[in-house]
Amino acid sequence: MNQDEQVKVLGLWGSPFSKRVEIVLKLKGIPYEYIEDVYGNKSPMLLKYNPIHKKVPVLVHNGRSIAESLVIVEYIEDTWKTSYMILPQDPYERAMARFWAKYVDEKVMVAMWKACWGPKSEREKETKEAYEGLKYLEKELGDKHFFGGETIGFVDIAADFIGYWLGIVQEASGVTIMTAEEFPNLQRWSKEFISNNFIKEVLPPKQKLATLLKAQFGSVTSD
Amino acid sequence: MADEVILLDFWPSMFGMRTRIALEEKNVKFDYREQDLWNKSPILLEMNPVHSKIPVLIHNGKPVCESLIQVEYIDEVWPGINPLLPSDPYQRAQAKFWGDYIDKKVYASARLTWGAKGEEQEAGKKELIEILKTLESELGDKIYFGGETFGYVDIALIGFYSWFGAYEKFGNFSIEAECPKLIAWGKRCVERESVAKSLPDSEKIIKFVPELKKHFGIE
Repeated sequence: MNQDEQVKVLGLWGSPFSKRVEIVLKLKGIPYEYIEDVYGNKSPMLLKYNPIHKKVPVLVHNGRSIAESLVIVEYIEDTWKTSYMILPQDPYERAMARFWAKYVDEKVMVAMWKACWGPKSEREKETKEAYEGLKYLEKELGDKHFFGGETIGFVDIAADFIGYWLGIVQEASGVTIMTAEEFPNLQRWSKEFISNNFIKEVLPPKQKLATLLKAQFGSVTSD
Repeated sequence: MADEVILLDFWPSMFGMRTRIALEEKNVKFDYREQDLWNKSPILLEMNPVHSKIPVLIHNGKPVCESLIQVEYIDEVWPGINPLLPSDPYQRAQAKFWGDYIDKKVYASARLTWGAKGEEQEAGKKELIEILKTLESELGDKIYFGGETFGYVDIALIGFYSWFGAYEKFGNFSIEAECPKLIAWGKRCVERESVAKSLPDSEKIIKFVPELKKHFGIE
């Protein structure tokens, strides 16, 4: 059976979680059909393929669905063992990649989001957490081109929010935590990340994203 | 050269239990080091500077943090015996999905059953039962979550089973009444040597909860 058959991605154009899946499919040269879900209105397809969380992204491959972006990314890696691999071979290096991807997902992104759009009473605490989280990532990245080393890997893909969305979120919310002065490595990394030809193809347009964010979360800033 | 495996852990931790079970499944000899979480040791702070949490697996001097990441690491380093994750990519993805679900959902609501009062506690109990029912539905009529063989999802959840008695006592409700199949699953798992060796007695957990509440300043 042709492995490339019937790959569908159910996503939202502005979602960094959704884009992680598209990024890895592009990097690995896997063709897919993209289906846009609807902001604020979960489609029947979404409810069918992800009844547990009712969230995008969902990958449908040969009629079977997988949910949770980082689980999907690892599934793609396991299924299409092409020349472009996003996880290292060594078990220890793999564990480290998973650790940092999880850290980005569960700590940094959450804290950043709450620092920018959360209840005002919590912003100071969340800003501190976001700052500390970014500092750990800055240190982990170091002089490397990417978290994955010479090429874009699992952690880079998990950190797509930091690479692209963060700048736009900071501008839209008026909250600045990641500055070029304090985070030179991350700044350099994000420029390289978004200039990758495959990644460029899937990133949402800046202005459209800023408008969406302001519409969705802007009203929360007055509290 | 023999492998040096150290586990920094805390006996009631349902997360630490996962790593203990995985190591036992693989027959890996390890040095279990009990940690005082109210007074964190230098080695814990050094080996997990980002979170300062247990469990920390130290393999030949190199630390691996986060329990499910440790379970997967153990499976990859010692592949020859008792595979913990399926080899089929789709089955693996399903296992990881449920591991992630357990991680995201169970602890938060379970904690409310002993750590909260009144409405908050009732909400926690209700949510926990819903979550356990979802898991029970996923288990279905299978022996284990993975089917015939004990694996990743069973390991992710079984530590919580040792806490069920405590949730029931302090929350004043019965998990068995609502999720009998899940209880039956728990009993099956505990018959496995790796699990029996790694889970503390339910009674011991029940005795521990008041101490835990005191530490968190909960009455």
